[in-house]
Amino acid sequence: MLSINGLRASIDGKEILKGINLEIKPGEVHAIMGPNGSGKSTLASVLAGREEYEVTAGTVTFDGKDLLELAAEQRAAEGIFLAFQYPVEIPGVTTINFLKTAVNEIRKYNGEEPLDAARFLKMVREKAKLVSMNDSLLKRALNEGFSGGEKKRNEIFQMAVLEPKLAILDETDSGLDIDALRIVAEGVNSLRSPERSAIVVTHYQRLLDYIVPDFVHVLYKGRIVKSGGKELAFELEEKGYDWIKAEVEAQEVN
Amino acid sequence: MSTETIDLRTKLITDFHARESVMNGEAKSAFHQKKRAAFTQFETLGFPTPKNEEWKYSNVRDLISASYNFNTSDTLSAEDLIDLKMPEQAANILYFVNGHYNPALSTVVSSTDQIIIDSLQNAYKNNPDLVNSYFDELVKNDSDAFTSLNTAFAHDGVFIYVPNNQTVEHPVILRFVSDARVENVASQPRNIIAVGKNAHVKIAEAFRTIGDERSFTNVVTEINVGEEAGVEYYKVQNESENAYHIGTTQVRMLEKSHFYAATVTLNGKFTRNNLNIVIDGEHCEAHMYGLYFPDGTQHVDNHTVADHSKPNSESNELYKGILRDKSKGVFNGKIFVRPDAQKTNAFQSCKNIVLSNDATMYTKPQLEIFADDVKCSHGTTTGQIDEEALFYMRSRGISKAEAMSLLMFAFCADVVSQIKIDSIREYLENVIAEKLSRK
Ligand SMILES: Nc1ncnc2c1ncn2[C@@H]1O[C@H](COP(=O)(O)OP(=O)(O)OP(=O)(O)O)[C@@H](O)[C@H]1O
Ligand SMILES: [Mg+2]
Repeated sequence: MLSINGLRASIDGKEILKGINLEIKPGEVHAIMGPNGSGKSTLASVLAGREEYEVTAGTVTFDGKDLLELAAEQRAAEGIFLAFQYPVEIPGVTTINFLKTAVNEIRKYNGEEPLDAARFLKMVREKAKLVSMNDSLLKRALNEGFSGGEKKRNEIFQMAVLEPKLAILDETDSGLDIDALRIVAEGVNSLRSPERSAIVVTHYQRLLDYIVPDFVHVLYKGRIVKSGGKELAFELEEKGYDWIKAEVEAQEVN
Repeated sequence: MSTETIDLRTKLITDFHARESVMNGEAKSAFHQKKRAAFTQFETLGFPTPKNEEWKYSNVRDLISASYNFNTSDTLSAEDLIDLKMPEQAANILYFVNGHYNPALSTVVSSTDQIIIDSLQNAYKNNPDLVNSYFDELVKNDSDAFTSLNTAFAHDGVFIYVPNNQTVEHPVILRFVSDARVENVASQPRNIIAVGKNAHVKIAEAFRTIGDERSFTNVVTEINVGEEAGVEYYKVQNESENAYHIGTTQVRMLEKSHFYAATVTLNGKFTRNNLNIVIDGEHCEAHMYGLYFPDGTQHVDNHTVADHSKPNSESNELYKGILRDKSKGVFNGKIFVRPDAQKTNAFQSCKNIVLSNDATMYTKPQLEIFADDVKCSHGTTTGQIDEEALFYMRSRGISKAEAMSLLMFAFCADVVSQIKIDSIREYLENVIAEKLSRK
């Protein structure tokens, strides 16, 4: 489904991603962990099509298409969704109106008729219930004045509405209380299917109790330096990153 | 000064004398004496040049270099209104065509004990003393040539009088149409609005053009806001690519009154709006909203004054602009806090989105504070569309163009949503949406 090969990316002349290789098959969930500043959000942004980052080497294919050739909105229409680490506040645009535009623009891209208002509302209500999203939030300006947890929940709600093939969750768990964490995880799990995949960026093993990953990767200094099964997350939780950093440094010396 | 500028001024001077010479007894009336005084002021002032600080960024050379017919007759028929359609609403709707009141096209639905709505001409005929007690009482003719010119030639416009304690249910919509289908036309409407104690009313002035020749509108509106009164006043401009508009709205507020203004300029070649509010009472609230959205080579200049002369009042101002292509915008906001006006709260903000490298926005807040116990703030921003917001929306599948359009519509909505006359608000939303879809 997603195949990343030798991906390098920089911003303002500073290289952040230094050769990423990652293969994600349909139905798989990959967790990405790693110390602060190692490039996790950068990878997520590059995949979603943020133009500020310059891709200097490597390829990314998604369902056989050259992802790097596509604009952000085309990637979304192809089925990529990024739940932002820091969702943006958009004054004056209600969540509901925003989503309606998004849904219909994606349908247009895929040659489908726009959803009529009634069907759209019905669908949105169902999805809102799924993530226990309060109706009143939908009528407010997108993320404006939302609490940290409400913003994160809104990301998952949008994901549920857009039903992406590949969801990239960038620290969706941080700032959530225990109940919200469970709700968010249920939202993600309800989307799991043999065709859908996810990349879950997190600092905490806790989330992975709810969203059980097939693989865990450690990103450090712009590279994936270690990969394993879900038990790797436990190991990291217990031992921190020092041992991995030491391993990397030892290799750099060699 | 070019020869053409002398021409328009000379022509106006000749016109004035010609009118005066056929006046007989009326020339001695108090009404005419005011006009004559203003005329003398105009003769002295002449048209402003960019050397005049108040006109630094707005050059009227182009405006005064053409000739205009100032004496057109009313030429509009009901069929012509099709192009000028606005959403329907139960309202008092008055048409002024090239400055002349058109009773055939107009409808007044409110009862006369709630509100007197008449053309200035009729009102003066029927009730000269009442009209004269308000005419030219608020404006200053000695500093602004266009205002003195309007006063000198004041002939028609609207006269609105709301007696004490009346809350007028239906809004008043004044539609000023310049008919520039056959020649360059000029009009100088003069509007007088007097709102009594504890009376409430909503009034809109909407300016449109038909035809492609030049139109020049020089409008002055005087608004008296009585004690404890509430007035909502909207000025809406959607004129032609060849429309020149200069307007002054002069407001005086008395004790415990509220005044809301929204000035929205969506189209027109050259626009200058002066909104001057004198807060002449305690516990008043003045709100000024503005929106301008020029494109092509259009020019929009808003000058505002909040003049606090009494303590314990508040003024609040938000002007917003989107500038495209090679357009120019000017915002000059003055706040005066006079020595007596302790405990004044005065806030001002001007936010702009400049979408092209060739567009320019000039902003100048001017605070002159002579009292010590006051809260004042001002701020201006000029920038592009928020890139973070744009990426967020695009990452959800919304195209860049559509995302920009949503963000800009939301930007405008801060001002447009303040408008409490439904048909006017809807109309503006439609025009803005249409303008946003036209790239
Ligand atoms: N616009 C930018 N200009 C310069 N450096 C940047 C820019 N954006 C990101 N970086 C740098 O790139 C590095 C990687 O940042 P990134 O946000 O991808 O880290 P992260 O792994 O997501 O960290 P965290 O766990 O704290 O979220 C950091 O050192 C960061 O400072
Ligand atoms: Mg991050």
